[in-house]
Amino acid sequence: MSGYQTGVLVFLAFNVIAAYSVYLPMAAGQLNLGIAGFMAIGAYTSAYLSNELGWSMLSSVPAGALASCLLATVVAVPVLRTHGIYLALATFALGQIIAAVFLNLEVVGAAAGYPVNEYVSPMVVVACAAGVVLLMVFLSRTRYGLYLTAIKNDATVTDLMGVNVRGMQISAFAIGAMVAGFGGALYGHHYSFIEAQHFNVLLSVFTVLYVLLGGTQTVLGPLVGAVFFTLLPEALRASDQWRYVIFAALIILMMLLRPQGLLTASLLRSLGGRKQGMQQ
Amino acid sequence: MIWQQLINGLMLGGIYVLIAVSFTLAIGILNFLNFSLPGLFMLGGVLTWALIGAGWHWSLAMLVALLAAAAVSLLVEQLSYKPMRNADPELPLVSSLGFLVLMENLVIVKWGSDQQSFPALIPDFNLRFGGLIIGTAQLISFLIAVGVVLWLSWFLKTTNTGRRLRAIAENRDTAEILGINLARLVPCVFVFSAVFTALGGILFALNYLQVSPFMGENIGFKGVAAMIVGGMGSIWGAIVGGLLIGLVEVLSIYFFGADVVNILVYGFLLLVLIVRPAGLLGRPISREKL
Repeated sequence: MSGYQTGVLVFLAFNVIAAYSVYLPMAAGQLNLGIAGFMAIGAYTSAYLSNELGWSMLSSVPAGALASCLLATVVAVPVLRTHGIYLALATFALGQIIAAVFLNLEVVGAAAGYPVNEYVSPMVVVACAAGVVLLMVFLSRTRYGLYLTAIKNDATVTDLMGVNVRGMQISAFAIGAMVAGFGGALYGHHYSFIEAQHFNVLLSVFTVLYVLLGGTQTVLGPLVGAVFFTLLPEALRASDQWRYVIFAALIILMMLLRPQGLLTASLLRSLGGRKQGMQQ
Repeated sequence: MIWQQLINGLMLGGIYVLIAVSFTLAIGILNFLNFSLPGLFMLGGVLTWALIGAGWHWSLAMLVALLAAAAVSLLVEQLSYKPMRNADPELPLVSSLGFLVLMENLVIVKWGSDQQSFPALIPDFNLRFGGLIIGTAQLISFLIAVGVVLWLSWFLKTTNTGRRLRAIAENRDTAEILGINLARLVPCVFVFSAVFTALGGILFALNYLQVSPFMGENIGFKGVAAMIVGGMGSIWGAIVGGLLIGLVEVLSIYFFGADVVNILVYGFLLLVLIVRPAGLLGRPISREKL
């Protein structure tokens, strides 16, 4: 595999991890526009532990994910008092605050960025992304996944059915943040350098776009969205300056023509049906 | 010189008021969080700069920039709002974000991603009131911003069109049954909000003598914060919120330095969202908007 192909593959793996960190809260009806902030928490925590305290990556990367998860649990209690568009804006504000804090934190290099000593190889990153996908597929088949869908569809009825709605919502928010922190920690260790400016609003927004464009009805939607919208701009690289223009135009067109996303439950069913037909 | 800082904050707040009013119009009347507005803010400033650079007279350049913003906004209405107004609330929001990314990158393709300096159109003449200094450009833009918003408030309150718009805000279906022509009025809302936000962009360029493709992201998003702080859907809320955000920004620079602005401005937003989601002047939310 050429260096370029490896680069694209790693980039794709990071996008897939990020997409699932947005997907899980969204499966419970929460639009998280501050996911980049949680990535930053994971990246900076694990980098600090590796650099200054000499932790090995095996412990510092999970610690980064855990830190992000803990922070999310703490802030979830007040933030999840808001709903819908207010929640989206609250997470947006949270992401801005976290990025601004790291931009001013001298311990981790502030605006100059922060080099990371340890290095994660591309294959490990790809394997971790695959692990995240498998974990999400597994979660979607458990009762937990069912509860989240139920809460998204009607929180009141779910509450009446005896499900702890509040706990479920907080856990979806926190697990999403944990996945984001995990991705961020890997990101820092792979590229050996992190800067707060990377974790901006547009990173959060693009991640949300991967999920919505892939489709939120099925657990594989975010994967399809991340793959399609990572590889497509690469394929369009010939017209370098124009690729984001084309990307944006595609977003508008997609929302217009196929607002439910690329991969839908009915599409999966019809694909499955055809396969069965062929077997007969 | 705390008084001087207060004045600077109010002047900056005037620009946030314009953006917040645009957002509040779209969300109050149409229930649509229109994220293409920061892009139109940028477009107003950058197009004016480009046309003046091409040798146009400044008045003509501003007029064309406002018209262009209105035209793009009508496109947003056709492609983002109209086909999806009954779908999930995220969809029009995401689609309008697509327009923001599109505008930013088209401007980068055409003029590059650097910050450009905007010519000083208003002579650098300062008014002095007992030790306080107010720049003419600052004062003129503040008066324009406040004037335009007060006019809008009057327009919505007293004219027939304003009454129809308020009826749509109250309940779109009932308004339609009562014979209000939605197909004609909804584009009006988009033109209004586009013109206000683009005017904000032009005034920002006039005041701070700079434009860049990212000014929408940096300044425009603070307009969203202003709208929420004041209260979604309320014009007076947008005025109060805009001025408050301007004050918070300038005072945090004065007391703590420029680095902590985003922490304080967005921290303030988060606090308001948690403690009083309806905003300072908004009506308590009976049913969730959007």
